[in-house]
Amino acid sequence: MTTLAELNAAKDAALAKMTKTGGGQEITRVVVGLATCGIAAGATPVLKAFEEAAQAAELSNVRVLQTGCIGMCQFEPIAEITAPGQPKVTYVNMTAEKVKEVVEKHLKGGSVIEEYTVGAVTD
Amino acid sequence: MAVKPLTDTEFYKKQTRLALRNCGVIDPESIEEYFAVDGYQALAKALTQLTPEQVIQIMKDSGLRGRGGGGFPTGLKWSFTAANTADQKYVVCNADEGDPGAFMDRSVLEGDPHAIVEAMAICGYATGAAVGYIYVRAEYPIAVKRLEIAIAAAKARGLLGKNIFGSGFDFELHIRLGAGAFVCGEETALMTSIEGNRGEPRPRPPYPAVKGLFGKPTTENNVETFANVPQIILRGAEPFAAMGTEKSKGSKVFALGGNIKNTGLVEIPMGTKLREVIEEIGGGIPNGHTFKAVQTGGPSGGCIPAAYMDIEIDYDNLSAIGCMIGSGGMIVMDDSKCMVDIARFFLDFTVDESCGKCSPCRIGTKRMLEILDKIIAGNGTLEDVDKLEELAYHIKENSLCGLGQTAPNPVLATLRFFRDEYIAHVTEHRCPAGVCKAMLTYKIDPEKCIGCTLCARVCPTGAINGTVKQPHVIDPEKCIKCGACETACKKVHAVYRA
Amino acid sequence: MLKKISKLPFKGTPEQEAGLKAVIAECAGNKSLLMHVMQQAQGIYGYLPFEVQAMIADGMDIPLEHIYGVSTFYAQFALAPKGKYNISVCLGTACYVKGAQAVLDKVQAILGIGSGECTDDGQFSMEACRCIGACGLAPVMMINDDVYGNLVPDQIPGIIEKYRTA
Repeated sequence: MTTLAELNAAKDAALAKMTKTGGGQEITRVVVGLATCGIAAGATPVLKAFEEAAQAAELSNVRVLQTGCIGMCQFEPIAEITAPGQPKVTYVNMTAEKVKEVVEKHLKGGSVIEEYTVGAVTD
Repeated sequence: MAVKPLTDTEFYKKQTRLALRNCGVIDPESIEEYFAVDGYQALAKALTQLTPEQVIQIMKDSGLRGRGGGGFPTGLKWSFTAANTADQKYVVCNADEGDPGAFMDRSVLEGDPHAIVEAMAICGYATGAAVGYIYVRAEYPIAVKRLEIAIAAAKARGLLGKNIFGSGFDFELHIRLGAGAFVCGEETALMTSIEGNRGEPRPRPPYPAVKGLFGKPTTENNVETFANVPQIILRGAEPFAAMGTEKSKGSKVFALGGNIKNTGLVEIPMGTKLREVIEEIGGGIPNGHTFKAVQTGGPSGGCIPAAYMDIEIDYDNLSAIGCMIGSGGMIVMDDSKCMVDIARFFLDFTVDESCGKCSPCRIGTKRMLEILDKIIAGNGTLEDVDKLEELAYHIKENSLCGLGQTAPNPVLATLRFFRDEYIAHVTEHRCPAGVCKAMLTYKIDPEKCIGCTLCARVCPTGAINGTVKQPHVIDPEKCIKCGACETACKKVHAVYRA
Repeated sequence: MLKKISKLPFKGTPEQEAGLKAVIAECAGNKSLLMHVMQQAQGIYGYLPFEVQAMIADGMDIPLEHIYGVSTFYAQFALAPKGKYNISVCLGTACYVKGAQAVLDKVQAILGIGSGECTDDGQFSMEACRCIGACGLAPVMMINDDVYGNLVPDQIPGIIEKYRTA
């Protein structure tokens, strides 16, 4: 990479890859906070559970990713789901068990499980 | 049905995320995701459109000050190194986050490592350095791993190495692991450590900008400082300078912890009131307790009592009351904490971490600790309190480096705001918070005791006597004040400290 | 901080020595990499006995006393072997104000050893450590790489027992 144009092209390509699959489907992004706090609270099995469940359900438009610290230590593990055209949903105190439910109801069924979201624990 | 988004929670509402902008958003192990959020655009802009002088001017105009604790203007620091000519110069990133209770830098490295790589390259360009070192705590294995991945990816794309963006500028980056020495957070000690020695500080001057790493001009900044750089270069100085107070611009990340409802990373504009952080973002004090103080700046800082709840947080306001922003640890303490005990906790830390090179720090902090131990054991006198204070000022003035110069701060701050607690310890031999074991006795309230025998069963020394369904009594001769009875008596709360 | 120096006889294997030699060969010539070599050596041997420090001194052409100076300066370098399970109780500020001292006392009472010591059977060693950065879970302790958070002293016997029988 030696020019600004190349960098901009890389940016556009990366943005495209983040929003659409190779087949042109819009992507639903699932990110799990995998910083030290999150890992200590059990985020690794949560990430794995999302990956496996998404694969098992053949959800080709779902991309499961790790990310850094989301910031609310006491609610770790935290997972956030951004579906196309929808506001981001933050699930807190996640477990592998809850992931199965979230995949079933939210990713496949399209309905948010409100009791697991940050709004439910902070009100 | 509307689901409450994260950004609408009390915890997030008042936050502004600049240094943490990508943390918890992108995949830190993917350079592509960093590209998607304008990654390396600032480096490209600096190298292709700006002269090193212009980069430094933007940094100066932004008003960014060192986030590691010192608060020195970053642009000015860079200009000092740039002004020196040498065959080799260095950029050093201080990621030896040693303050207990602080984890801002760890979070940035784990969540947005490319931002540090990019910022260090920009700094190298501005100051004329071709080599950079990141000195990371060995206790942060995930941060190290993600940095390694980031550096390798940047190299593979030609964003590190020779002739970056065809500008003729070369930059290479190395990681060095610390090995658990708090003093290495001091800039000259850190450089001595990178050179492969005991991490002892050097006298300044000469400053690192003149004679730093391997004897060459060196710019050293902390992780959070660097994390702000790409945005400032890309968006210009104005948006950053528009935020904050007159002399403290931008935002600051704090690691909020201790006796508070919401713990976590909090990034707030400079000038936010302490009350907003504690009561709104932090959600207040849990378990029916009340706020006593907030400790900032770790072992180098002080504590802010309730009377200053409306202080606007910035470098100068905090140092005016003998505290400091420090690297950003913010530990909240409720009314069950003894401030003499807290002061002792920090001093114990500095005694342990003093490198031993200069005597005021090596011997002085040890003597202070002995006095504190005497006070906590119930044997202190008013004279001891005065001696403690006098010694504290001597150590502050005569130590070689930042560690020693700030080591007495926790004692001075608690003496300033909680002197009555020290006085109670030495004149009445009483610990008002009921923490210092030598001065407290456990008693059982005969009115409340239902004679369940739970306390007698958990007592390790058999100090509790009584028959079933009759009030029990603690034998003070046998009691070792372990508190097991108090913990066991959680139904009727008959055991109390007096 | 005074370090505990092991009196156990040195028992290095040829494989360990070959591993160390390979690291030294990579780094010899750059004396600033000394700490890196020592960190690798500790990874190979578990601690830094004098025999290992002497090998590093020879290989890196650095006086042994300099290496000893570095090894005693930094908390990370151990001059005595650690147990099969090393327990680190965090005594960072956030943990301290949330009751880490009681956790530490409990661990020491159960194992019958002090900070920096190892049980006679070589199973457990323990240390009080500085902030491990998991302040949101305070008080925290680590057993090897496993992190335990939000601890109360009553949980400690059960946790330790799990490793004793493992």
